[in-house]
Amino acid sequence: MDRYFLIASTFCFLAAVVHTAIELRTKVFRPMRFNFVAIGLGFIFQTVFLWIRGQELGRCPITNLFEVFAFLAWSVALIYMVVGPAYRLSLMGAFTAPLVLLLQVFALIAPIDTRHPVTVPVNSWLEFHASMSLVAYGVFALACIAGVMYLLQERQLKTHHLHSIFYHLPPLTNLFAVITRLLWWGFALYTIGIVSGFFTGHPLPRIQVVAAIALWLLYAAVLQARHLKWLAPKRVAALCIIGFGVALALLWGITFTAELHHAP
Amino acid sequence: MNLFCIGLSHHTANVATREQFAGNATAETIARESGCAEALLLTTCNRVEVYAVSDKRISTDEITRCLMAKANLDPDNYSPPFYRYEDNKCVQHLFRVASGLDSMVVGESEIFGQAKKAYESARTSGAVGPYLHRLFQRAFRVAKQVRTHTDIARGAVSVGSVAVELAQRIFGKLSECKVLVLGAGETSERTTRALVSRGVNDLRVSNRSLDRAHGLAQTVGGRAVPFDDWVAQCREIDILLTSTASETPLLTSEILAPMLWERLDRPLFIIDIAVPRDVDPSVNELEGVYLYDIDSIRSVAEQSLALRRQQVAAAEAIIADHVTEFFDSISRGLTRLSQGVEHPSVGENPLHASEL
Repeated sequence: MDRYFLIASTFCFLAAVVHTAIELRTKVFRPMRFNFVAIGLGFIFQTVFLWIRGQELGRCPITNLFEVFAFLAWSVALIYMVVGPAYRLSLMGAFTAPLVLLLQVFALIAPIDTRHPVTVPVNSWLEFHASMSLVAYGVFALACIAGVMYLLQERQLKTHHLHSIFYHLPPLTNLFAVITRLLWWGFALYTIGIVSGFFTGHPLPRIQVVAAIALWLLYAAVLQARHLKWLAPKRVAALCIIGFGVALALLWGITFTAELHHAP
Repeated sequence: MNLFCIGLSHHTANVATREQFAGNATAETIARESGCAEALLLTTCNRVEVYAVSDKRISTDEITRCLMAKANLDPDNYSPPFYRYEDNKCVQHLFRVASGLDSMVVGESEIFGQAKKAYESARTSGAVGPYLHRLFQRAFRVAKQVRTHTDIARGAVSVGSVAVELAQRIFGKLSECKVLVLGAGETSERTTRALVSRGVNDLRVSNRSLDRAHGLAQTVGGRAVPFDDWVAQCREIDILLTSTASETPLLTSEILAPMLWERLDRPLFIIDIAVPRDVDPSVNELEGVYLYDIDSIRSVAEQSLALRRQQVAAAEAIIADHVTEFFDSISRGLTRLSQGVEHPSVGENPLHASEL
């Protein structure tokens, strides 16, 4: 029953993607309002899904890969809803919708919604740790999206071939400022998430700890290099994409090992 | 009622012909002399057009006579290529003109202001009545909608505007940008003025002749920099505009690359409008440097024009909808008039209320 809400949400994101694709084809971009509304609706359906699933489980709904991906998609939409209007980044929605759509389609299609009895009792620190880390992932996802937009804009400027989308993308320096802010926000949230993991009272699997710290170190290195001006904006943008790719892979690994760890 | 438009434009007549008919008449004189109920004269550098409403048919020759009244031409022996559009064709033509679809540079917005001025002038003189009032108000609305819902006005089409547009795509607000102008030629002055008009405050001018640098700096509100110091300026500036008469490149990758390390997080936009080029093309390969020479600027302008032309179909569709809707609303108005409803209440039809 709760999956229907996730399916409805997926259709909302699909509508935003199709709308953008049509505008790309006709080379007329006015997707801002439509995409914002579609993503907003999708976000509401996602929230309902998570709420129902949470009620059913009696805990934060991140007990298997399916729920983790749904929660991550919700985080990305949430951060977009916050960042989009605040930073006034045109076309951010057009780039966010496909990512959320991919995450949700994967979650719905892949056989990962395995409901096994959870043996670990409800632990608020553990839930805080996991949910905060996933929200941080959502911020890193937005940084990745801003990175894609930066590289797209930069490429067109370098090659002198300006597609009509060029005139709707935010200016390079604005995009870079947003990337930097998102990286700091994501890093701060992820740090809180990792630190809270040490208060759970349970020994976490070593591989999870190592993976989480490795990702933390990766983003710390990017931020440090950015702060010391060792990296050109283009490389920071590329590292945002690589960083989120690594984060997704680690998330898979962490959730997979956690499922093994908690399985009866 | 007979609604028509008679005119000459860059499509049908050269400037020598168009100037014979510009500035000789006003909307009021045309209405009075030709016997039209309402008239409006739109004169720009690319067109001379009369929009009019009359009870009976007014011939093209009659309007031509009014336009050339002071030009001392014999209308019987002179037949310029005037076009004539009536009723819905006239409405469609006006909507296309106001939206910039009929302009020499497709999508230019100057025509919108010129049409507004022409309308105001005719309204003040009393030559515009309710029919032309509604027609032009609708035309302005259509033009705004076309601009908002298509990319017809997107992209720059001249050297100065391309430079400004690209600078804005890179830096956003130009008010915090530092600009160095190298060479004090006419094109660089025009481009500099375009940059200043978009908010550039920190402007430095360098030239082999310090006097000329001072001259341009004074004109555009910048400061002169000795020619020997211009390379060092590349450490701080955001935009470099070059147009010297140098036979060899003044800026190469070897000179610029070491300086980029000190400004790794800030892009450098170089506009090289000199022929031969002042900046070696390999400079564009450097990270964070965006080099545009005169050919690439022209190419961007052509891409913008092509993009605008691609938008024409979408704009025409919007116009077609409005033409139909406008005629429907006019027919409904005439029907109501025939039924004796002289003054429909303002709130009765919001669409018409906004027009009126």
